[in-house]
Amino acid sequence: MFQTKPPAAAPFTRAGMMTGLRASLPLWPSIAVFGAAFGAAAAQRGLSTAEAAATSALVYAGAAQMVTLEVWGRPWTLSLLLSAMTVTALINARMILMGATIQPWMRGTPLWRTALTLFVLVDASWLIGVRHRSEGGRDLGVLFGAGFGLWPLWIVSTVAGHLAGALVTQPRAYGLDMILPVFFAAMLAPLWRGARPALPWLVAGITALIVQRLVPGYGFIAAGAMAGLITGLLVDDGAAR
Amino acid sequence: MIDALLAGPLGTPLAILVLALVTYLCRASGVLLMSRVRLTPRVERGLRALPGSIVVATALPTGLAAGIPGLAGLVTAAAVMALTRFELAAVMAGLAAVAGLRALGL
Repeated sequence: MFQTKPPAAAPFTRAGMMTGLRASLPLWPSIAVFGAAFGAAAAQRGLSTAEAAATSALVYAGAAQMVTLEVWGRPWTLSLLLSAMTVTALINARMILMGATIQPWMRGTPLWRTALTLFVLVDASWLIGVRHRSEGGRDLGVLFGAGFGLWPLWIVSTVAGHLAGALVTQPRAYGLDMILPVFFAAMLAPLWRGARPALPWLVAGITALIVQRLVPGYGFIAAGAMAGLITGLLVDDGAAR
Repeated sequence: MIDALLAGPLGTPLAILVLALVTYLCRASGVLLMSRVRLTPRVERGLRALPGSIVVATALPTGLAAGIPGLAGLVTAAAVMALTRFELAAVMAGLAAVAGLRALGL
């Protein structure tokens, strides 16, 4: 798992990048479909092709992009922009916690490399990186390669979806609105280390459900994840030191 | 004045840049915060619990909000992944479960 004192900066190799890229390949079809769904939804909300492509290229966070379309300004006002910022921050708050999990891995890495790797940090690459770490690897190229490989795919599929527009008029009928939760649920299997280490997950899930009931919006993700983190801090998970 | 700028031709490019900045701050702030925390065994234990907690806190409420098809999608995806260890099969099976049950009107 996490070493207490990493001897030096983690390696960042071309072979690692290829490993990360390969590990992300099974996800390409579903991410392309998700990107196309965003492009189509953006077209319906009146974004130009260039605006949709720029959003995918610069924001590069599918769930946040999708939900932000709900409050997209036509035209923009300060209050609309503030609500779009809030929605984006709340949905992406999980990235703060993802960053926390990979920080020990990045200790001693040059700033530019950290900054670049973080720019392409997405759910898929984070999970691939976490898996690489849990299997004893520490090549940061894996984390970078997975996220960097998905980046052009995300932009191209956004553009394709925007141009096709009408092709994906009913993403709900194909379950496309559920890609992110379904993908996350699938990732539980490789993370599973037995019932005892999963206790924080249970606390996280219950907390998220309660917060979702009580507080409107997307704060439940961060609240649940924080509850899991705190449970992990307080309760022994039985892992060997 | 800000409203006038946002309503103009620069409004949307500006909004996209702001949203990109917000997202990058989310990506970077966890790393920045943790670089000031000493890695004690307790902190490592918390960090070990975090990935699964993020996954569950994201997937469970979103899935349950989509009713029976949503819950079925989550269970199917987790089960297929546990059996096959193949992401594409798991995601496709999960989405098929959602779409199928919705087609049945659930």
